[in-house]
Amino acid sequence: MIESEAFVQALEDIGFDFFTGVPDVLLAGVIETLLTRRLYTQAVREDEAVAMAAGVYLGGRVPAVLMSNAGLGTSLTTLLSLNLLYRQPCLLIVAWRGFEGRDAPEHRSMGQVMTPLLDTVRIPHRTLSDATALDDFNWVAQTFMKEHIPVALLLKPGVVRGIQP
Amino acid sequence: MRPEEGTIQSRARAIQALLELIPGDVPVIICNGFPSREAFKLADRPTHFYMMGSMGMAAAIGLGLALAKPTKKVVVLDGDGNVLMGLGTLGTVGALKPKNFIHVVLDNEVYGSSGNQPSYARVVRLDQVAKAAGYAHVERVREREDLVYEFKDLLGKDGPGFLLVKVSEQAEDVGWVPLEPSQITQRFRKAIE
Repeated sequence: MIESEAFVQALEDIGFDFFTGVPDVLLAGVIETLLTRRLYTQAVREDEAVAMAAGVYLGGRVPAVLMSNAGLGTSLTTLLSLNLLYRQPCLLIVAWRGFEGRDAPEHRSMGQVMTPLLDTVRIPHRTLSDATALDDFNWVAQTFMKEHIPVALLLKPGVVRGIQP
Repeated sequence: MRPEEGTIQSRARAIQALLELIPGDVPVIICNGFPSREAFKLADRPTHFYMMGSMGMAAAIGLGLALAKPTKKVVVLDGDGNVLMGLGTLGTVGALKPKNFIHVVLDNEVYGSSGNQPSYARVVRLDQVAKAAGYAHVERVREREDLVYEFKDLLGKDGPGFLLVKVSEQAEDVGWVPLEPSQITQRFRKAIE
């Protein structure tokens, strides 16, 4: 399991210096670490968060947005008509609720369609795992810098510490 | 409450007055639809960010910019339909209280870019919502001289500031903003470095 501290440090090392988003229980440990490091600005909706990220990028900083996959649905039109259209990159750190159907009922649908949905809207994505973490972070760094569009790092239950199953 | 006839100005006249007062190095985020298209026609600057889609998100973009560049004033030119759609952002601004954030809402009480369907701004007092949300200064104006006075005042104060400008439904004959969105991003970032 990846410690929240190590997860946040890896992202800071890549250059991410502004974190916003809407909490999910799977992200609780990461957000606690971000709050301790005074790096996290709470948003009230995920579309607001990705729009804030666009503004942060316009201001010359490097944004990451934390959200559940339900929030991916909320933010879809903003991602399409703002972040993707204007080529404003941000890292989407997305909690994979409804993973393999083992979650509360409200997460089942999005848990099933999330990765095809990301493929459809052409947001590159990768699922973080303990064994491949170094590669995963390298992929984030390279894809982010090269494509100038949002990229998604998907977090399954139990991969980062502080995340409850 | 409907804007009184005769005392109200068109949105384009209000935008023109604002653009004359905004220094050339101050970034301006302009909401989608006619406000962006009219502003582009009146005066295009590399410090203008013309939001074409993502309705409701102009204030959130401006907020992100204001937080990333705390020493630079940021002006958002918004509309009543946009603010109603992204109403939660008034709370985020009110809570975070960025001192460099000025939120101007051009309120014609209709969805003017899609056929003048009535918006709830005719009953919901957006200035009072902003006040309750925690903006530091909130003003509501109709006439040009009041607009000029209050906007100058907001430019000189610590924010966040909120200026509700009641405007008429009149729209200019303007086309789409003829810039590539990625080009808008690139030149904007360069202009405010």
